[in-house]
Amino acid sequence: MIELDPKIPTGPLEKKWQHFKEHAKLVNPANKRKFRVIVVGSGLAGASAAATLAEQGYNVDCFCFQDSPRRAHSIAAQGGINAAKNYQNDGDSVWRLFYDTLKGGDFRAREANVHRLAEVSRNIIDQCVAQGVPFAREYGGQLANRSFGGAQVSRTFYARGQTGQQLLLGAYASLSHQIKSGRVKMHTHSEMLDLVVVDGHAKGIIVRNLLTGELTRHAADTVMLATGGYSNLYYLSTNARGCNTTAIWRAYKRGALFANPCYTQIHPTCIPVAGDFQSKLTLMSESLRNDGRVWVPKKKGDQRAPQDIPEEERDYYLERKYPAYGNLAPRDISSRSAKEVCDEGRGVGPGGLGVYLDFKDAIARLGKKGVEERYGNLFEMYENITGENAYERPMRIFPALHYTMGGLWVDYHLMSNLPGLYVLGEANFSDHGANRLGASALMQGLADGYFIVPYTLGEYLSTQFGNKVTTDSPEFEEAEAAVRGRMNRLLEVRGTVSSEQFHRELGTLLWEKCGMARSRESLLEALTEIPKIRERFWNEVGVPGTGSSFNQALEAAGRVADFFELGELLCRDALTREESCGGHFRVEYQLPDGEALRNDDQFNCVHAWQYQGEGKEPTLIKEPLNYEFVHPATRNYKH
Amino acid sequence: MNFHLRIWRQDHEKVKGFFEEIEAVNIPADASFLEMLDMVNNRLIEKQKVPVAFESDCREGICGTCSMVINGIPQGPGRGAACQVYMRSFCDGETITVEPYRAASFPIIKDLVTNRKAYDRIVQAGGFISEHTGGAPDASATLIGKHEADRAMDAAACIGCGACAAACPNSSAMLFVGAKVTHLALLPQGQPERKERALNMVRAMDEEGFGNCSNYYACEAVCPANISASVIATLNREYVAAACRSVAE
Amino acid sequence: MSSLHCFFNSSIGRKWIVSITGLALIGFITVHLLGNLSIFLGPDAVNGYAANLHHLGKLLWIARLGLIAAAVLHIYFTMLLWRENRQAHPQKYAVKQTLETTLYARTMRLSGLVVFGFVLFHLAQFTWEWVNPESKEWMDAAGRHDVYRMLVSGFSNPWVAGFYLLSVGFLALHLSHGIASLFQTLGLTSEKLRPRFECAGKIVAWTFFLGYASIPVSVFLKLLSN
Repeated sequence: MIELDPKIPTGPLEKKWQHFKEHAKLVNPANKRKFRVIVVGSGLAGASAAATLAEQGYNVDCFCFQDSPRRAHSIAAQGGINAAKNYQNDGDSVWRLFYDTLKGGDFRAREANVHRLAEVSRNIIDQCVAQGVPFAREYGGQLANRSFGGAQVSRTFYARGQTGQQLLLGAYASLSHQIKSGRVKMHTHSEMLDLVVVDGHAKGIIVRNLLTGELTRHAADTVMLATGGYSNLYYLSTNARGCNTTAIWRAYKRGALFANPCYTQIHPTCIPVAGDFQSKLTLMSESLRNDGRVWVPKKKGDQRAPQDIPEEERDYYLERKYPAYGNLAPRDISSRSAKEVCDEGRGVGPGGLGVYLDFKDAIARLGKKGVEERYGNLFEMYENITGENAYERPMRIFPALHYTMGGLWVDYHLMSNLPGLYVLGEANFSDHGANRLGASALMQGLADGYFIVPYTLGEYLSTQFGNKVTTDSPEFEEAEAAVRGRMNRLLEVRGTVSSEQFHRELGTLLWEKCGMARSRESLLEALTEIPKIRERFWNEVGVPGTGSSFNQALEAAGRVADFFELGELLCRDALTREESCGGHFRVEYQLPDGEALRNDDQFNCVHAWQYQGEGKEPTLIKEPLNYEFVHPATRNYKH
Repeated sequence: MNFHLRIWRQDHEKVKGFFEEIEAVNIPADASFLEMLDMVNNRLIEKQKVPVAFESDCREGICGTCSMVINGIPQGPGRGAACQVYMRSFCDGETITVEPYRAASFPIIKDLVTNRKAYDRIVQAGGFISEHTGGAPDASATLIGKHEADRAMDAAACIGCGACAAACPNSSAMLFVGAKVTHLALLPQGQPERKERALNMVRAMDEEGFGNCSNYYACEAVCPANISASVIATLNREYVAAACRSVAE
Repeated sequence: MSSLHCFFNSSIGRKWIVSITGLALIGFITVHLLGNLSIFLGPDAVNGYAANLHHLGKLLWIARLGLIAAAVLHIYFTMLLWRENRQAHPQKYAVKQTLETTLYARTMRLSGLVVFGFVLFHLAQFTWEWVNPESKEWMDAAGRHDVYRMLVSGFSNPWVAGFYLLSVGFLALHLSHGIASLFQTLGLTSEKLRPRFECAGKIVAWTFFLGYASIPVSVFLKLLSN
């Protein structure tokens, strides 16, 4: 069994990163030109890494399955990006951001990683402003901030409700600059379908050109995966339709460890499901909770219109249960509370699956114009989707799958256990523990790409002189044949059920059995059900067309096939983690008041899973989390 | 609800396309237009027929991947992208015509999917600020008035979907280029490369074969991101000023 | 490629030429209208105006050459842009939508062509005087060319007057889009100003129409007669 070495530098917490940077091995400029780096994914992490590494002088090949790097799903992040700038003079500091993030993650992340994230958060804002990201400003010209869930300071920078878009377009602009300069070769409409491992090192990928169906081999000195999370496993999520697990799943099957797959985040403020035709859920930025008040009727099954329910018959349950944080309680807590009140039969809207988010008081305080100024586009979006005007009646919201904290295991250098394989952004497991705070995903993606991997890459590459591989090696041969085999298998089923229908079935099962609340029974049920659906999938799926042309049905089927396998691993991980923490809530482990009951004695560790081969159970490898500087407390957002 | 669809089918750029008549039956009014197409495709797969190719990703109107033309309107009726069109805005039994973007610079890949890489190449020609990671001064060092920041944000909101060029009777990309040039010209960080940016992006736009702006404002009418055609005026001004300076120098 | 060459080969550069030449032509029709309106001050005024114009000699020819150059460039570059636009958008949509585009904007080429055809006829009639060659001989009491009589008798022909009215109508159509459009192309508009330019452009355009139309209409109503 492998020993996991997180490679955390020694020394005091606040000096670790500085110390690392000062002593990290470097590759001199002339030698950088000799190295080729593959970056898969062009979201915040991928684009920022590709642009920065190219700037440093490396040759970069960047791949994305979309038609343009600007489409990556980072673009849809609405609310903002955290940084410990303390521009508001409200007592913020690197330590506070570090502690809030660690605590928000229910003390299931590495101290050193999270502290580094908080440190570089400040550079990210500088970098983005220099790129021309039009962050919101005060009248005097200073940067504006807003508050966000899980924090008592205002440290979130934002660009209207389109912060992710503006940050991604900033990274995309830098990437475009490097593409023009010739140091990045951009491969769009290119999906990575396998990782090539040569002598235990990640040295290349197999890619399908989605327009022509052609399979190509790409060799490099190192491979970086920045391919995002796997929320789409649940079919309905706030992720884009194309988001998938294929890249990291292939890497897992080639030996990379998959860490904490059961840490999934349910976002509390999404537009509720309207029917079984629905293809995705739309998130309403969490920033809405700054001014909106969450409530449900006190009475069960109250069918009155919201405006007819008098104040004393409303239950502002977040304010009641968590007076200190109120409507700004962390995501997992808000989501679970919503589920609780709906389970009690007090939910609103179709099927009783929704709670109100009311802006009446905000409109009284700020005026309709003031609310419009802050959230106008969100209100418009809500009205477009639901046909309801949220200025006149409260919004209906419900939790939805949004982010996955789990991902490929990486060390402090962001390198997986497979040497040469780096994993950035949401695709890795590293910084958010069991729950991510709002406005921290953008921070982590950009931190990884702009400020971390460019420093840590030298450690690996400086050992790789003379280790060039070529694409005619047997490893590439084998990987390409495997990809072709899988594709042909899908095409040869010739069934009549679309992969989307199987995907929906898998997602519904997981949402019920392994969603906001999990139990041993439900997880065991899921583990018996998933293989059954998967078997039907492989016998009945319909993939018309051929593999050698533009074929969206084939793309989708390949991704769904991987989701089935990941679904099993996720349930297995959830079953093994016999505690409740962050986004992982096991009903057996809760306090009398329904709060999560962590078990630090047994589970203060990372669960990393190692693939053992088709049909065999994966092996669990544990990386203990050593808390040297903070004491993991029970999260308490009540006081 | 039931609909009679006329959908453009074309295997690839080199072959002739045609309209296929497809019935979409039992469609919930709350389904989005793309969800309706998903249902149509699932039924085609049931009959082992090739589903209609169309692109979409975020399905919340921000990624710009959608690119279809519904009843002659790029990105469909109403504000927002095609993914934000809901079936309740159509009449039961209505005939709906769905086509790909028609512009020489956006060649058809398959059915409703077009190649919009021309926009990426225009950005590569100058739609950026050359800035080195790590070398940036403190973000608060430069003050930017709220008004300027807001106007820059208005222009920066472009989602790069291509509807502007698709709607333009001349297939002009001026709204797209104007939005980027305006965004960066309004900010102090964009000043050093302001002149070169305007010249290079316009040159790239012309080389890609986009048409010329006749001030029809169809682009503004369909833009899912509400970009104002005033960015075109700004682009004209920026370009002529840059050209005059480069002639003088 | 030199910077200048680049500019004139660029889409914006060419549109800029169309705007500037358009502006020059608007200048001409303004002066021309003001001169023509002197007909309402009686034969003496308009004949004097015409005679003074002819006394300008070289200056008149410089103005004429400038005008011809502006017209030629205006038409040439419009045609060039039009050809490029057709290449850029070779296939139309199956369902036609006008999408905000005004009737004026969509008929720019038609209205331009009608105006161009009219200008040729107008020159033939009143400058070269091919339509009524005998009018060359008409002199007023002061021995000046009797422009007044030429105009009134010319517009007494209902066909001529009708064609004239139709053409200045098309001119107004052309300018209804053209005036606001040229400010946009010259980059002088903003989100706030554009609707104002558009409104003002239409007012100016139809003011031209009223001004020009007033002469044949007055002849028809016998307000002006020989």
